[in-house]
Parts: sequence; structure tokens; C-alpha cells
Amino acid sequence: MGTVKDTEIRTRVLEIITSIAPDVDPATIDPELDLRDQFDFDSMDRLHLAAAISEAFRIAIPEQDYPQLSALQKACEYVAKKLG
Amino acid sequence: MQVDFHLPSLGADMESATLVQWLKKPGEAVHRGEAIAVVETAKGLIDIECFDEAVVGSLIVQPGTKVPVGAVLAQLLSETAGAPPPAKAAVPTPAAAAPARLSPAPLAAAPGGRARISPAARRRAHELGVSVEALERAGAGIVHLEDVEHLAAQAKPPAPDARDAMRIAIGNAMARSKREIPHYYLADTVDFSTARDWLASYNAKVPVGERILEGLLIVKAVALAAARCSGFNGYCRDGRFEPASAVNVGTAIAVRGGGLVAPALLGADRKDLPALMREFSDLVTRVRSGHMRSGEFTAATITVTALGEEGAELLWPIINPPQVAIVGSGRIALQPWVHEGAVVARPVLSLSLAADHRVTDGRAGSRFLRTIAELLATPAKL
Repeated sequence: MGTVKDTEIRTRVLEIITSIAPDVDPATIDPELDLRDQFDFDSMDRLHLAAAISEAFRIAIPEQDYPQLSALQKACEYVAKKLG
Repeated sequence: MQVDFHLPSLGADMESATLVQWLKKPGEAVHRGEAIAVVETAKGLIDIECFDEAVVGSLIVQPGTKVPVGAVLAQLLSETAGAPPPAKAAVPTPAAAAPARLSPAPLAAAPGGRARISPAARRRAHELGVSVEALERAGAGIVHLEDVEHLAAQAKPPAPDARDAMRIAIGNAMARSKREIPHYYLADTVDFSTARDWLASYNAKVPVGERILEGLLIVKAVALAAARCSGFNGYCRDGRFEPASAVNVGTAIAVRGGGLVAPALLGADRKDLPALMREFSDLVTRVRSGHMRSGEFTAATITVTALGEEGAELLWPIINPPQVAIVGSGRIALQPWVHEGAVVARPVLSLSLAADHRVTDGRAGSRFLRTIAELLATPAKL
């Protein structure tokens, strides 16, 4: 693919995070900080995040890659790399 | 004159109580504020006070008898019957009471400057979180049960928010559990490597959205074990075990920002893992977006609580009454494990069980935990 811009990736990933955790204000997300530490993300949230990203960008995400989705910035970079 | 001594209401949720013990015999004098009987209610053992200066006539209800609120427990020969109960106007609000410490001790106070507080009032004060000091400040004379409740009601903060309400509800339910249920606790460690390997290979074959969490294997194993081992799936009512016809596993789910709820996965022993996972996923999503169903909160017949991968190694859970058992799952961590005579590193799960000793004992509990471990050792059959 390679046509999806970084800003689009970020917008979509942010949307996904706030759909999983509706009480999270996107403006308050620290992109570098682990979602688990910021918003109490647990294994179910992480699974929902991986499933939604996989579907939105049509990419395969093996279980061992979950740690690469642990923070907003890391997740965006992971998606960009997979799409690139 | 002869007056009836009734079982008083000790709270809106109280309908009846069981008379445990008479503290007075016929012919004995009983003073205002003195306890005359001990009853057992949902709140625990409570002393019942007399509000008259009287002599005990006849004891009508025998110990061990359960009676409704308002029932006549005894007949008293009263000298002051018809007189108003102790003036409640003497009880100031906590805020107004504070400076009272600086004034001389009330005339009716007991020696040493302490107010006379009936045992029942003292116990109720403890339950309601009213300090003995506040009671003593408030106590111009004898402090009665109703004075304590009056004080507690006044001290209550106005309109707690939802988070506070959940904390209060958890506190009330757990306090009731600890008060009423004689818990016994058991723990066991389980080699989780077979389950982990099987699940990793299963999850590698399905789309991300259909993957199964390790925690769900534990829920399913508990559901199957609860169906196989009698005495853990059901309720304890009036001290007797009532087995449930279905296995509805309450799953403790953390609410973001604090608190937890434990809605049930209905018929969990009869559903395959993919179906159960879809329901579990839906349940967690609804809990965290605030769309819960009331039925899910009353249906659970046993509960599983897991601390997750960042949690502590082992936990000692508290039973959700009227259920009789709760299984705790600690963090699954790599630990030294003896396998065929050699020490190897294995993912080890610490499982714990809290169960109701009125219904089962440690031997049955051990069997129940062992059954869960055996089920987890053959994950393909879950």
C-alpha cells in the first residue's frame, strides 16, 4: 500500500484507542507513554486494540508483536512499517 | 404496668432476626439503655436494648427462634412506660459537638468523664464508622442505638458520586461476606506451559479478532470443575447449600479509574471457547462503556477473579454472597519448576480458592482446585 500518510495513521489509531476507552480524552494522551500505565489498559484492551488496528489497516498482527502496540507513537510506527 | 418488648428494626434492609440469647431472667430489673437480648441479623450479632426502667416479666420467644421485626419478644413490668424515650435533642451534630470537649463533662456521664454507651450502640457505632469520641461528645447521658444511627446519618456526606457509590457497594458486600461467611482458603501452583503453548498455536491460526485470552481458559476450566465437583456452584441460604442448575461464572472486571464489577458469563461450562470469548469480550466492552445488564449481576453462581499479568503472584479473594466460592488467579510468571526430576523454567499460575466452610471443607476444596489444574493441563478439551 504505502499510500496512507503518517497523520492519517495517527488519526485512525487515536480513534481506535478512544473507542476502546471512551472515557479517555485524546488530547491528554502522552504518545510515548505505555497505554497500560496511562489508562489501565489490560490484556482485553490490548486484544481489542490489535484487532481494530489489524482490521482498519488490513495488516496481520501476530501475538508476539503486541508489545509494539503498547503506546500511541509505537503503534503508529508499527503500522507505518507494516504498510511501508 | 405491663408492656410488650418488641424486636426493633435495625435498618431498612432488616426484616427479621434470630434470638440468640436472653441477657436477663424473669424477675430481674432492667435499666434504660441496658441490653436485654442478643439477636442475629444480616449485620451480625446485635444487642437489643430496653428503653424503660422495668422488671422482666415473661420471656416469650425462645433462643434459636427467628422472628419478624415488630414481634413481641418479652413482657416487661415497667415503671416508666409511656414516658418519652431519651431526648434526642441532647445529641448535637458532629460539627456542633466538637467544641463541647472544652465544656465540663455532662452530669450524667459515667465516672472518668465518659458517656455511658450501650454495647449495642457501641457495636453499631463501629459498623457505621462513628467514633467513640464523637459518641462521648454527643452523649449527655446514655447513648442509645438510635442516637448512633442519628449521628451517622448526619455525618454522611451528601450525594456521593458514582465512583463513591461503587466503592461503598463493594465495601458493604465485602463487609457482609467477611462478617457472615466462614471463609477457608487454599492455593495451588499449576504448570501453565501446555495451556500457553496450545493457545499460542490456536491464536496463530485465527484472525486477531477471534483470538482467545489466557484468562478465558481459566474461566472455562473453573466452570467445568464447578459442574463436576459438587458444593461450589450455588448459594448458601439460611446456612444451607442450594446447588445452582446452571454454571454462571461471575468474572471480576476492573473499571477504568478504580472499582470492579463481576457480571456473569451464563452457562459457561456448556459453551465452546470461541463463543465464550465473544461473550467475555462483549461483557468487558459493555462494563467499560457503561452498558451493563442487571440480570448479569444477579445470575453468578461462582466467581473468578484474575489480577492479570501485572498483578500479584497470589491473591486471597473474598466470596460474593450468597455464592459459596471464588477462584483467584494470580500473575502467570516464569518460575523454577521440577519436571521429570530436573528444574526447568515454566510459566506457573498460582490459583487460590476461597470457599464457604458452612458448605464444604478443605478436602473438597483441594479436589476442586486439582480438577481445575487437570483441566488446564489438557487445554484442547476445554
